Amino acid sequence: MLILTCPCCGVTAEETEFHGGGEAHIKRYGPGSSDDEFHGYLFEKVNPKGVHFERWRHANGCGKWFHAARCTVTLEVFGTYSAQTTEPPQDIKDKISAKRPGWSWREFA
Amino acid sequence: MSESVSALGGASHEGFVRAEDMGLRAMITLRGDLASAKLRKAVKGATGLDMPEQRRIAVADDRSVAWMSPDELLILGPYSEAGTLRETLEKGLAGEHALVADVSDARALLRVSGGTGVREVIAKLCPVDMAAEAFGPGQFRRTRMAQIPAAIWMPDEQSVQVICFRSVAEYAFNLLRNAAAPGSETGLFI
Ligand SMILES: [Zn+2]
Repeated sequence: MLILTCPCCGVTAEETEFHGGGEAHIKRYGPGSSDDEFHGYLFEKVNPKGVHFERWRHANGCGKWFHAARCTVTLEVFGTYSAQTTEPPQDIKDKISAKRPGWSWREFA
Repeated sequence: MSESVSALGGASHEGFVRAEDMGLRAMITLRGDLASAKLRKAVKGATGLDMPEQRRIAVADDRSVAWMSPDELLILGPYSEAGTLRETLEKGLAGEHALVADVSDARALLRVSGGTGVREVIAKLCPVDMAAEAFGPGQFRRTRMAQIPAAIWMPDEQSVQVICFRSVAEYAFNLLRNAAAPGSETGLFI
């Protein structure tokens, strides 16, 4: 069971109180971008085995969006953090490094 | 004028605890900056209550202020005073970036009461730790109740109040009634 803590209201609950919002930190391409860029934005998800970053919404709680860093193999959650950021904060990256030395995900490590 | 009625007309059911429709209640949604002095003053002016802390509910007499999210409160009062509550809040918030909406008729208020068994009724339906150390009077929790969103709080150790959307009030009532069916006691929290 995946257990998340919402950083917006502090509630810790299992995943059915939340709703997954897909991969985190995706760079969006719109008008003016190339076909390749738009294709990449729409379809090229990393879907890793191991460290992963996702968006979640506390759908049945406070209603807010947030980010979660977790392991797709063990369901261990390394941490949750604000939705208002374009990259994982350093303290979250440090927590992952402590448990999964040498990890990388997209351009982050 | 039409006569307002609650979703289930005051229905009640006796199981190992009692489940009932609590009738009509004024419910005002207030969204805004909860740290704003003006907003706090407006809430105090309308209800006499101070801003509740995160995930808590402030209660006095027939009014309550519940913390719904980092930028949202739910203000409860007597149904007949919904209009007055809304107007008082709007006046107090004039010029402030905030939203006041009367949602009284969009919600239903239910209750389970009559013993510590109320904790297990909720535990059967919601992903919430209902042990006394984890949840109790003063706290306010928005969560999932079976397949619907709901908010719960305990006015005292023997009862739990539940707010859900009015359109699913019957579903919610039947959930509570079923979870309180005689013979289905687990005794988990006794
Ligand atoms: Zn939350």
